[in-house]
Amino acid sequence: MDDNKTKTSRRDFLKSSVLTGGALCLGVSFFGSCKADVVPEVDFASMDFKDFNAYIKVAKDGFVTIFAPNPEIGQGVKTSIPMIIAEELEVAWDKVYVQQAGLNTESFTRQVAGGSDSIRQGWVAFREAGAKAKHLLMTAAANRWDVSMDQLSVKEGVVSNQNGESLNYGELVEDAALIEAPEKVELKNPKNFSIIGTDKFNVDLNGIVQGKPLFGIDYKEEGMQYAAILRAPGFGYKLVGLDDAEAKKVSGVIDVLKLENKIAVIASNTWAAFKGKDKLKVEWKPDGNLESSDFHSKTLRDLNDGKKLETLRKDGDIVQAFQEADQLIERSYEAPFLPHNCLEPMNFFADVTDAGARMVGPIQTPEWTQSRIAELLKIDKEKVTIEMTRMGGGFGRRLYGGFALEAAEISKITRTPVLLVYTREDDMTQGTYRPASRYKIAASVKNGEITGYHLKEAAINRNMYGAIAHFFPAGSIENLQVDVAKYESNITTGAWRAPYTNFLAYAEQSFFDELAEILGKDPVDLRIELLEKAIKNAEEDEDIIYSPKRMIECIKLVAEKANWGKSSNNVFQGLSAYFSHRTHVAEIAEVEILDDGPKVSKVYVAVDCGIVVNPLGAKNQIEGGVIDGVGHAMFGEFAFEDGVPSAKNFNQYQLIRMKDAPEVEVYFVKSTVDPTGLGEPSLPPAGGAIANALYKATGKRLYKQPFSNDLYKG
Amino acid sequence: MSAFLIEVNGQKYSVDVDEDTPLLWVLRDHLSLLGTKYGCGIAQCGACTIHLDGNATRSCILPISQVQDKKVTTIEGLSKNGDHPVQKAWKEMDVPQCGYCQAGQIMTASAFLKQNSKPSDEEIEDAMHGNICRCGTYSRIKKAVKIASNNS
Ligand code: FES
Ligand code: FES
Repeated sequence: MDDNKTKTSRRDFLKSSVLTGGALCLGVSFFGSCKADVVPEVDFASMDFKDFNAYIKVAKDGFVTIFAPNPEIGQGVKTSIPMIIAEELEVAWDKVYVQQAGLNTESFTRQVAGGSDSIRQGWVAFREAGAKAKHLLMTAAANRWDVSMDQLSVKEGVVSNQNGESLNYGELVEDAALIEAPEKVELKNPKNFSIIGTDKFNVDLNGIVQGKPLFGIDYKEEGMQYAAILRAPGFGYKLVGLDDAEAKKVSGVIDVLKLENKIAVIASNTWAAFKGKDKLKVEWKPDGNLESSDFHSKTLRDLNDGKKLETLRKDGDIVQAFQEADQLIERSYEAPFLPHNCLEPMNFFADVTDAGARMVGPIQTPEWTQSRIAELLKIDKEKVTIEMTRMGGGFGRRLYGGFALEAAEISKITRTPVLLVYTREDDMTQGTYRPASRYKIAASVKNGEITGYHLKEAAINRNMYGAIAHFFPAGSIENLQVDVAKYESNITTGAWRAPYTNFLAYAEQSFFDELAEILGKDPVDLRIELLEKAIKNAEEDEDIIYSPKRMIECIKLVAEKANWGKSSNNVFQGLSAYFSHRTHVAEIAEVEILDDGPKVSKVYVAVDCGIVVNPLGAKNQIEGGVIDGVGHAMFGEFAFEDGVPSAKNFNQYQLIRMKDAPEVEVYFVKSTVDPTGLGEPSLPPAGGAIANALYKATGKRLYKQPFSNDLYKG
Repeated sequence: MSAFLIEVNGQKYSVDVDEDTPLLWVLRDHLSLLGTKYGCGIAQCGACTIHLDGNATRSCILPISQVQDKKVTTIEGLSKNGDHPVQKAWKEMDVPQCGYCQAGQIMTASAFLKQNSKPSDEEIEDAMHGNICRCGTYSRIKKAVKIASNNS
């Protein structure tokens, strides 16, 4: 059963009220362009759709609307979730019209974009929603013809009987809506999937390339005002003086509001709000710690070396293993804070009236945000509606809806509908940053074998969540210990694409590369040797959720595709393999030495995420994750000086651009196992793969991100 | 505030704004042409790219006072139904992830291909250097530009 190790079925994921036939038209957006107009010749908007269940509406002629329940941040769930529903519903994809659902806690749970978990956690529920609807439609047909269900067949939304008669779903939906939904339905055998596993275009593709107003920042309505907020220049400052006379003179500025340690400028357009904000004369005074990056480095080093540690995993006895070792190897790895830099800056629309709060915007956690707004305004949760727009990136930043709360707070005061927009500078300096962290790793070697492994994490504000301590190499080394420690800072931090592992994976995978060299082993062979040792332990140890077998498959596949060990002159390869978000990924990076220095030219990736729902979209996710990982490992630099961020905009913060982006070649392991995460897992291994390849190319081991500092600046 | 006469996508408008107002915000807030995006406001990301007399230009630092007597084209004016060769290539490659940067990318690419219809890889990289894609769709963008160059 090892192969099913990463599978969980959550049959109770969906609340039972899904098939109550109630309408779900909440949040059907004013954006005409939210429709899935990949087949623009069909005018979906004019069709008469009948509400059928929370996910599905069927029109008279058999066209179907499928509601995508989860927030779309670019991870593709607005396409892939409806594919899953359509598969079980048995409809033709080109008759499907996809719409973003609003927040509806009655019908859906986990309307969250986070943890690469939308598909994994919803897999069974989405399939059942489609299958139950199909069952009802077929039951309606059976009743109509007075035959039993087994005499019917269904294909592409048309039910046929043995007399050659047929009815399309549109003709059956009214009857079907009156029939009680079955408790259980049979799901399709994955062998018979005809939509899942095929390439489907992003449902918003046509709207995106035409510049349709799909995003939160594009929201507009009559009488709406715009707001910008001036906040402290850094962490640890309080507002002591404000002169808003000049700001109020800016044409278009309507009002200036003093809020708790921040000032909002309300205007008739965005530019006036920004300009008014620049004209505010404000005095800030230190109030609390003013932290600098040197202090963080030292603090993290002290934590790594200190005694105040929490142990998250302990196998055998590392003390003894280290005492008996022939050789001890110890290395440290350091990473800076990172801003998320979603290309669409934070923004949110709010209209707070006596009736409640009407919110529209880009948010990864609509349900949590709804509760927080209700709390802020001291009203019932039911009085807060949230319409979810497409998001210009999430990466974890939009899990934290502080910007939505700010919009609600402003609208409550102004009593007007308001769109709050962050400037890029606000966005970069008011982050929920990836915390700086430092890993110290030690290993013992005896008789050519790794006998002990000690990982120590030092981080700002929060340590790794427990499950990570049981990822590889857990199970493969007899004596192993994972310890963590943290420092509480006033700098706000949070989840950043692949939290913790976005840096931890690089540290460990670089360390193993060095161990392989010290042991005189090929890096691929060493990984496989260790993973083979882990197979038995992984079966017995409930905490270990990665599958050594599946990881071995990935490593072998990527080694074969990249021609590992046989690359041409002047091409240097590095391997990294990492399991996260229940997905196994192995990557081989290639570095070439060009005139202006080393360049990461290519990354081969082998992925086992179980069934691949939409290969076209899945590849895009893997490519993006790798490029994100490479970009931040190479260039991501974000320091603090007396609590003030060192970079405020893209002239001071280097994001990867086309020239530096490697070509990415993606291979999926063929699988019939339930699908797992895709938005994050290709990022963690990227840093290690390039560090190891860069070492081969330059002879320089890289212990600190961003690498560009060591590589290009001496 | 003064009235400025501008021509966008073949249509003439008169807008009453401060002379330092960047074209970006005139397009978005005053003309409700929302396809042109705000990403940085300092000509670093390319999200706000439009064509000014056919040249790819950053609208976030272009004051409205400098736009008179010039022709502005935005993503909405690039084609009627999203069938400009560059848009078609973008669809063929299924380029977008979040999609936020893509209007700017398409505007940069379409202006560039007009000047250089058969570019090399390196020329594409140079031309697209000013456009950030935070989601990392660069390889698809590069391929789409190639496809468009073969089809236009
Ligand atoms: S918004 Fe103009 S270049 Fe970034
Ligand atoms: S697709 Fe998201 S920024 Fe380019």
